[in-house]
Amino acid sequence: MVHWSAEEKQLITSIWGKVNVEECGAEALARLLIVYPWTQRFFASFGNLSSPTAIIGNPRVRAHGKKVLSSFGEAVKNLDNIKNTYAKLSELHCDKLHVDPENFRLLGDILIIVLASHFARDFTPACQFAWQKLVNVVAHALARKYH
Amino acid sequence: MLTAEDKKLIQQAWEKAASHQEEFGAEALVRMFTAYPQTKTYFPHFDLSPGSDQIRGHGKKVLGALSNAVKNVDNLSQAMSELSNLHAYNLRVDPVNFKLLSQCIQVVLAVHMGKDYTPEVHAAFDKFLSAVSAVLAEKYR
Repeated sequence: MVHWSAEEKQLITSIWGKVNVEECGAEALARLLIVYPWTQRFFASFGNLSSPTAIIGNPRVRAHGKKVLSSFGEAVKNLDNIKNTYAKLSELHCDKLHVDPENFRLLGDILIIVLASHFARDFTPACQFAWQKLVNVVAHALARKYH
Repeated sequence: MLTAEDKKLIQQAWEKAASHQEEFGAEALVRMFTAYPQTKTYFPHFDLSPGSDQIRGHGKKVLGALSNAVKNVDNLSQAMSELSNLHAYNLRVDPVNFKLLSQCIQVVLAVHMGKDYTPEVHAAFDKFLSAVSAVLAEKYR
């Protein structure tokens, strides 16, 4: 089980409390598709992904980004039980979605950069540590049921 | 591959960092040591306490090298040849750490540029830092 110090929990929840899940989620997913264009392979059915502008304005990208980040919120709510929280999603990503777990790490790193650009100096090094730890734990939990 | 547009975005964005080399460099290193403590193993000889002169000095050096890379983006291998040698034969930092520092440099840019660190600038920088990392590792074996 992952151990979280009281400080780490506080840094995570205080930032999360100020996150606009819809905006942040949309931005993070859009950036994933822009910065690492090969990730578009999972979203062939999403329509126009032909340019950064198209991706950012794509309503399906926005909606899916919101869905993904909302799910992230479950991790924040269940920091002491992330493994079980993501058990079913892990199976889904393996068996139905066929997503290489490396993509979870890529999205995690992008999320960190999005948070940094929104929170600026409030996203302190200690904050970054707690959040890098969180995205790693989430990525690990999502990969856990792969076979 | 860095496109002409990428290079333009990198150079424009870098102008904003140019006058803050020591500060941004130090911040990137502090973030790296904090977020990825294993990176401290390469600096047992450093005073890693907050505000350390050694961190400020080293941060300035690292950003200076990146500035040079930005100026010579069409010719990275040649421009960074000495640093390539240094990392391959002398420092022998495991290349996985280049990614970690790259992430922290991007976080610093995002913190200071906010909305101006657009997805396009982000993509261009990510590619640039990958290219620099590849050059630094190119003589390892």
